[in-house]
Amino acid sequence: MPAHQFILNGQPVSVESPSDLPLLWVLRDVLGVTGPKYGCGVGVCGACTSHLDGEAFRPCLHPVGEVAGHEVKTIEGLADAAGLHPVQQAWIAEDVAQCGFCQPGQIMAAVALLRRNPQPSDADIDAAMSDNVCRCGTYVRIRSAIHRAALLLRSAAGPQRR
Amino acid sequence: MADLLPEDAAPPSGFDRRKFLTWLVASPTLMVAARCGLDLPSAQAAEPTTDPAALEETPLNLYVAVRTDGRVVATLPRTEMGQGITTAVTMLVAEELDTGLDAVDVCTADADPRWLIQLTGLSSTMRYLAGPLRAAAAEARARLVTAAAHRWRVLALTLTTTQGEVRAPDGRRLGYGELAEDAAHVLLPEVSPLPKSPGEYTVVGQPTGRVDARDIVTGAVRFTLDLDIPGAMPTVVARPPTLRGTVLSFNASTARAMPGVVGVVQLSSGVAVAARTFAQAFAARDALQVTWAPGPASHLSDADIRTRLRDAIGPRPLPPLLTTRVVEGRFDFPYLAHAPMETQSCVARVTGDVAEVWSGVQDPKFARNQVAAALGWALTPQRVTVHPIRAGGGFGRRFFTEAAVEAALISRSLGQPVKLMWSRNDEMRHGHYRPASHHRILASLGPGGSILGWQHRAAIPTVEFPHGFGDLLTSLAGQVLPEVTSALFFTLTQHVPYQFGWVAQELAEVPLPIPTASFRSVFTSQVGVANEIFVDQLARELQRDPVELRRSRLTSRRLKAVLDRVVLEGAWGRTLPPGVAQGVAVLEEWDSAIAHLVEVDVTSGTPRVLRVIIAADVGLPINPKGVEAQLQGAAMDAMSTTLSAGLHIDAGAVREGSFADYRWLRMKHAPASIQVHLVRSDNRVGGVGELGYPSAAAALANAIARATGTMPTRFPILDEGA
Ligand code: FES
Ligand code: FES
Repeated sequence: MPAHQFILNGQPVSVESPSDLPLLWVLRDVLGVTGPKYGCGVGVCGACTSHLDGEAFRPCLHPVGEVAGHEVKTIEGLADAAGLHPVQQAWIAEDVAQCGFCQPGQIMAAVALLRRNPQPSDADIDAAMSDNVCRCGTYVRIRSAIHRAALLLRSAAGPQRR
Repeated sequence: MADLLPEDAAPPSGFDRRKFLTWLVASPTLMVAARCGLDLPSAQAAEPTTDPAALEETPLNLYVAVRTDGRVVATLPRTEMGQGITTAVTMLVAEELDTGLDAVDVCTADADPRWLIQLTGLSSTMRYLAGPLRAAAAEARARLVTAAAHRWRVLALTLTTTQGEVRAPDGRRLGYGELAEDAAHVLLPEVSPLPKSPGEYTVVGQPTGRVDARDIVTGAVRFTLDLDIPGAMPTVVARPPTLRGTVLSFNASTARAMPGVVGVVQLSSGVAVAARTFAQAFAARDALQVTWAPGPASHLSDADIRTRLRDAIGPRPLPPLLTTRVVEGRFDFPYLAHAPMETQSCVARVTGDVAEVWSGVQDPKFARNQVAAALGWALTPQRVTVHPIRAGGGFGRRFFTEAAVEAALISRSLGQPVKLMWSRNDEMRHGHYRPASHHRILASLGPGGSILGWQHRAAIPTVEFPHGFGDLLTSLAGQVLPEVTSALFFTLTQHVPYQFGWVAQELAEVPLPIPTASFRSVFTSQVGVANEIFVDQLARELQRDPVELRRSRLTSRRLKAVLDRVVLEGAWGRTLPPGVAQGVAVLEEWDSAIAHLVEVDVTSGTPRVLRVIIAADVGLPINPKGVEAQLQGAAMDAMSTTLSAGLHIDAGAVREGSFADYRWLRMKHAPASIQVHLVRSDNRVGGVGELGYPSAAAALANAIARATGTMPTRFPILDEGA
């Protein structure tokens, strides 16, 4: 079986598995990384959303062979030594979660959005976040949390830019 | 946050300081049990007992314990599914014990026959548990204070509690942890063990963020399939194309030879494949060759179902005397899947003559009995241990426990633990559904625009409640009624809140072989919605304003108050551009009252909800932020199912297979705001979980009717067939 090497949450990993195994199951069943959830397995719910080289992607659709040599980040790798990511902080401040099952995917999608667009409008949020289902209906709080995170990120980035 | 209404109604129930039976449990550190739910006549209000025999026989308790490290542990017969009960329970316990929220741990009890009712749903949790929880926590506090008084040899009455410590006037202080052992031996508390009155609250009633928020946003929360049970094999099941179809024969030779496959097991519901990873299990499942026998509904499609339901409505009854005109409304609602974000799942380990299952079940005791029966242990269900796990949404679906039964059977057959996951297709196509329904409402009008009668006949396929109704009926009917049918449930829950003369609501149960279940707000999700839409139609017929008509006929002071509030906050009647309109609707249920005002824009042809204003009287909102979250979520449910999400049945099979075709709303459909205003008439604890659905759906339909001039009568509105 081929070995696939990639960076997972900042650490190099090597996994022996068939190349066509979807990354979601490599993460969950082989590596024990359970933050990304199964909600559909076919790319329509967003529950598994994680980052590939900083961009939001769906591990349920990508075979592990495709990510070799790339950087994968899951919800577990979002906070760093300095503490929670501003998006996570905003999620807590807005009390977004209900059951929480969709939220790892929502948060990873929001982080990717804010990286591309640090000051998204409601329309930008609609466009970027509409592939992530929240069955508990937390959308209005997600929207507020993204605006709040944008502010947090700007105030954090501010002094450095000056 | 909440406005207080002047009191004039009947005395509140549920959150007054009535006596609940509490016990000191024989244990090395302080542990107090309280009997759940049922109040004792005050003559019987017993002193705490340490008699372990009495305790063993006690059918229903919850526990509050204090450990030597100062942590307080509350053990409950309820499952967290996103409703925020963990947070609300933490708040109640912290309040009565004067300790920090972060010092309280909330545990879900394993299935235990002594829990009379262990069912999470029907908006019952807080109504049922708030009283006993407060009693147990207050009792624990009284014993901690007494223990400190003995240690210091001072009068207990001079001591105070704050931040998890007992304090003396001279400045001495002792943490609860240091008193936990002594307090376990205090036989008679020397200060009042009565809970605080709501006026003294500093925690309860304050908007509070979820206590598990950090674990959720870091991905640390563990759902069933995230558990690390050694050796548990990923398992999926090949299922028939039709509902409740069965396996005629199958050939697994290709599947068994595929990489990672551990075993193949035939079940009555399909053929299971266990493998090293879910990806391999799916691949092998797809390689199975199965011949299926069609299920019992394979002669039924949407059109047949609609005909069966319409036929059950029957002839019109005679209108009341003096009726000059009868206005008729007909409504059709579709089957709905609960579609929780986490599909049905279960980890099971069956070894020899014992079984252990981990699953997000809404009724662990029912799950235990089902698993035991499937394993042939119906008479010894204690061989099965059910660990209820936090669930990714329930909405009524997790009262049913097929996943637990399947996982246990597969584990026994393979001789190893398994983690069974239903695919999204399985979840959509093999669920238990909110049934479809057809409704006829007849409003009888008399001279001068008077309303003389309101007859609502609802034809609904029988709703399955194998788990019973739990404490819901305890609170409705005042006693435990295990033999209740869905017909009685209908009678007990369906009310018309208006003075409409002769009011009759009837259920015509239509037996159809399609699995059903309760869904957020149960019958009200159809009956109550249709009523409130037809009230608007009546207003049009009588050329009256829908708010004014409601106000003139509502009998409940609480309903009038919430209606007035949305009218005020939403500026009812304000000038809006063409194609934009407002709609309102109200509901009183679960000991709570609610009104919705919805603004909708139909200019693009597809209705778009602009904003939603909600006013709710839930009595004492234990956590206003949690109440708001539940009501916002229910509003999204209502918008989804009113506009675009509904199931189709094609020859006994469910057409929709995922969120791609089951069109639950997305971010881009969410309104700019869903405001929640709390109106508080008294301190009862009203239900919240189901409350927010029906009037949200009706207010949206009413807004669409006012914007387009046509009353929606078939749902979801955007379905081509509707
Ligand atoms: S599980 Fe990947 S998008 Fe649904
Ligand atoms: S919080 Fe439950 S699905 Fe989003």
